[in-house]
Amino acid sequence: MEIIMAIFVGILYAAGVYLLLRRSILKFIIGILFFSNATNLLVFLSAGLIPGGAAFVGEKSANGTVLTDPLPQALVLTAVVIGLGVVAFTLALKYKYFEVSGTDDLDEMKQEKSETNLKEEK
Amino acid sequence: MNSGILQIAEKYLRWLFLVFAIFALFRGHNLPGGGFIGGLMAAMAFVFRGFAYSADEVYQSMKIKPETYLVIGFTAVILSFVPGMIAGKTFFEGVWLSADLGQLGLLKLGTPLLFDIGIFLVVIGVTVLFLFSLKRSD
Amino acid sequence: MVVSLLLYLMFSIGIFFLPKILRKYTSVWIAFLQVGVFSFFLTRIPNIINGEVLSAAITWVPALDLNLSFILDGFSLSFALLISGIGAMVFFYAQAYMKKYAGTDRFILFLTLFSGAMLGMVLSENLIQLFIFWELTSVLSFLLITFFHEKEEARKAAFQSLYITAFGGLSLLAGIILLGTIPGSYSLNEWIASAEAIRESSLYLPGLLLILLGVVTKSAQFPFHFWLPGAMQAPTPVSSYLHSATMVKAGFFLLARLHPVLGGTSEWMYIISSVGVITMFMGVYFAVTKTELKSILAYTTINALGVLVLLMGIDTQLSIKAALLFLFVHALYKATLFMVAGLIDKKAGTKEFSSLGGLARTMPLTFVITSLSALSMAGIPPMLGFLGKELIYEAKVQLPGISSVILVIGVAANILLVAVSLTFIYRIFLVKRTTDKPIPKEDRKSWLLLAPAMLAILSLLFGLFPKILGGTLIESALGSVIDGAGDVKLKLWHGFNDVFFLSLFTVVAGFMLTYLMNTKQMLLKNWQAFNERIVRFSLSDKFLSGVDGFVGFADKKTQIIQHGYHRYYIMTIMVLAAVAMWYQFYASGAQLTINNPGTIPYYMAGLVLVSVFAVVMAMFSRSRLAAIVAMGVVGYGIALVFMYYGAIDLAITQILAETLIVVLFVLVMQKMPRFLRLSDKKQRVRDLVIAIGFGTVMTLVTIQSMDISLQPAISDFFIENSWSKAFGKNVVNVILVDFRAMDTLGEIIVLAVAALGVSMLLKKGGKA
Repeated sequence: MEIIMAIFVGILYAAGVYLLLRRSILKFIIGILFFSNATNLLVFLSAGLIPGGAAFVGEKSANGTVLTDPLPQALVLTAVVIGLGVVAFTLALKYKYFEVSGTDDLDEMKQEKSETNLKEEK
Repeated sequence: MNSGILQIAEKYLRWLFLVFAIFALFRGHNLPGGGFIGGLMAAMAFVFRGFAYSADEVYQSMKIKPETYLVIGFTAVILSFVPGMIAGKTFFEGVWLSADLGQLGLLKLGTPLLFDIGIFLVVIGVTVLFLFSLKRSD
Repeated sequence: MVVSLLLYLMFSIGIFFLPKILRKYTSVWIAFLQVGVFSFFLTRIPNIINGEVLSAAITWVPALDLNLSFILDGFSLSFALLISGIGAMVFFYAQAYMKKYAGTDRFILFLTLFSGAMLGMVLSENLIQLFIFWELTSVLSFLLITFFHEKEEARKAAFQSLYITAFGGLSLLAGIILLGTIPGSYSLNEWIASAEAIRESSLYLPGLLLILLGVVTKSAQFPFHFWLPGAMQAPTPVSSYLHSATMVKAGFFLLARLHPVLGGTSEWMYIISSVGVITMFMGVYFAVTKTELKSILAYTTINALGVLVLLMGIDTQLSIKAALLFLFVHALYKATLFMVAGLIDKKAGTKEFSSLGGLARTMPLTFVITSLSALSMAGIPPMLGFLGKELIYEAKVQLPGISSVILVIGVAANILLVAVSLTFIYRIFLVKRTTDKPIPKEDRKSWLLLAPAMLAILSLLFGLFPKILGGTLIESALGSVIDGAGDVKLKLWHGFNDVFFLSLFTVVAGFMLTYLMNTKQMLLKNWQAFNERIVRFSLSDKFLSGVDGFVGFADKKTQIIQHGYHRYYIMTIMVLAAVAMWYQFYASGAQLTINNPGTIPYYMAGLVLVSVFAVVMAMFSRSRLAAIVAMGVVGYGIALVFMYYGAIDLAITQILAETLIVVLFVLVMQKMPRFLRLSDKKQRVRDLVIAIGFGTVMTLVTIQSMDISLQPAISDFFIENSWSKAFGKNVVNVILVDFRAMDTLGEIIVLAVAALGVSMLLKKGGKA
């Protein structure tokens, strides 16, 4: 089971890298999301896997019951919400960029930069 | 997407979402839930509203603007640190009040709950800001 | 002591608050300050002769062992007197010299700060503090050299001196830190206390070399000598001050200061004396054929610095005594000669030999002063310079081992120096005028003469009555450089010994050379041409083109690295990360073990399969909506994985967040163009290879990470205390809102900032 999950993480990372290398900004943002998903999963898996045992304690004591490690869960939970924030922000940036430049191509960014440089030099 | 059915459904659904969100918020300390989950659920209510009406309409009809949510949320978070400081504990340590309500059981109110409410409000404010900023920009 | 330093700072700023009438004479006020400081140090001479060492300390950064601590012993007193005494003269001179230039206030400010920094340096007891003052003098001299910043050569020369001295300063700092590890302190006294340990340590040689690099750059030793002639671009008072008592003497100062710690080894002797010998000879050799007053003087300064360094390198009691005497000799005559050169430049309007000559008739006072100083430079009695040269010869004669080589070069250098000095007098004052420039008017009423006259008279006075200097300052200074030094007896007349005959030979040969040079014009021309050919291979130009080349290289490199293609930046990062991780796996020979391979429930297998399919679809889909939906499916799939492993809170959050993300994507997508095929097949294959390489290694990392059992203490603590201390059964939530509330606070701040950013970016009517 674990090896399947590990391979799944690898595939997510591979997809993330591939999408990050695209010129289209929309694909790039999907890449960011895959990358953060893969990382979340990696942190979660690194705690060791115990199917079913949720991290809840009783009123007396936690002895004897097998619990999953709560710490990575807490970390990943915040990471998920932060991921939402990052994606929203890049989407807004991308939208603004599209509005200004009228293109979805990341390479155009470079050309525009050099054009403005040329203008300044003149 | 001004569909009449959605508009009518939204009128009832949004209360359902909100009530469930608050429910999730308060049970969070002992059962699945909490500020993040509750906040995201409450934000869903606004997503529906956003689909049913135009963004500007929704924004106009909001009595509390998203920025205000942020402010109230952060105030709550910061307030939750105050009792611990007054009680002379370390900075973030929780302070709990317990009241025995007889039949209803033991009610425990603590600063972590206030902190959670703060998160709840901030998450609502943040997501609603995201949504309406992106939606309004057409 | 400390008060005098503060006075420099206060005066330097204070000149800007002077009333208009007094501001005309700012330089004079500073000169009076210098006189005051000078007399303060004079009154300390009796204490120092009695063997006292005065010190003062101010706590600064006690945790780092950095205190401002000052020490006044015989050696630093000598320097302090030179700095304040010659400083006073320089400021008197500057008052008359700088009258007609704009920006005098700025000039006085820098020069005052400069002498303050120099004084701070010689009084420092802490070596880090010494380094700070050292660098201050470098920076301030840069500002002084660029005083005529509208001239390109001035700027170039200033940058060159800054590059070289600052580079040397850094090397010095490294040396100090390196050697400071041995006594565990940067205090000079503690260094001296553990001198044995330092000399025997394996860090000794590297530390010594680093410190020496600082010394040779600052004191313009070969092969870093070339910045000094360039620094001629500074106004004459600055040159006069830099060359005589300050800046370039700092290197010598440091050598002598560290002599009790680092000296006495064969490394010290051979490295330092060979550098000194080369510098000594080369300086005077280039001075011979120069025809411009200031550059002649600059090259003789290089010669003098070489002598000082060489004497420190010879490292006998006699040689150090000679060095200390020569320090005074040189300071007195060099300051005078520069001032006179400035005066002649002002009066005659030129600094070239070819348009000078015959000035003795109209400028008799200048003639006398110049002659006195130049004779002191040549080492002709009864000037103080004669004593200096005698002592130097004596030190060289008595040197065991390499003495013969050094002696021969030394005598040759001195013959040249005599020729330079005599030519200097002859070509300015005595030779028949050949130019049609009007001969300058009388000099009797010039204020510019006051300072050089006083210095020249001092030079003569000390020559006639050497005991004034020898019994007081030099003796106590020697005492603080070498332990157990005896009396210092200076005499003008030594008797007919071999040193006397050497001197005689030097002077006679010098006269003959002067005669030859000034009668046989062809000889001089040829010699000049020959030297020009050597000088064409100029270290200075090489250095400058080296700097330009370096800047060009950096520019090109930046253009290659900062190419502006976003995806290549990412590609670089990813490929590097993947390679590093692969290497780590390969190098550590990690064994991949899978602990409990357990069976896989069919529904989980199905879930993963669907998710993988969705991933592939998101990667290659041409439809935007399909890609977004596929992305959502992947997110939900991950949420279910969380759920399966018991992370219920996480699963709910993931589902809600993913839903919101899909909604946001759809909102944006509506307004965007369709996907374009922007890359060709080759690029996609390449990217795919990189992606697979990265993904595979991440799989290995995941397997490896599951195998590592972390210290369970943290999680166990949370689990145990969740109910008892924080009254919550949901441990994840308790961690978020109680145990790790600070992290959560930080996180919601990030979220709020992101939200406000989005809101600002997309505000209607906002500008791009």
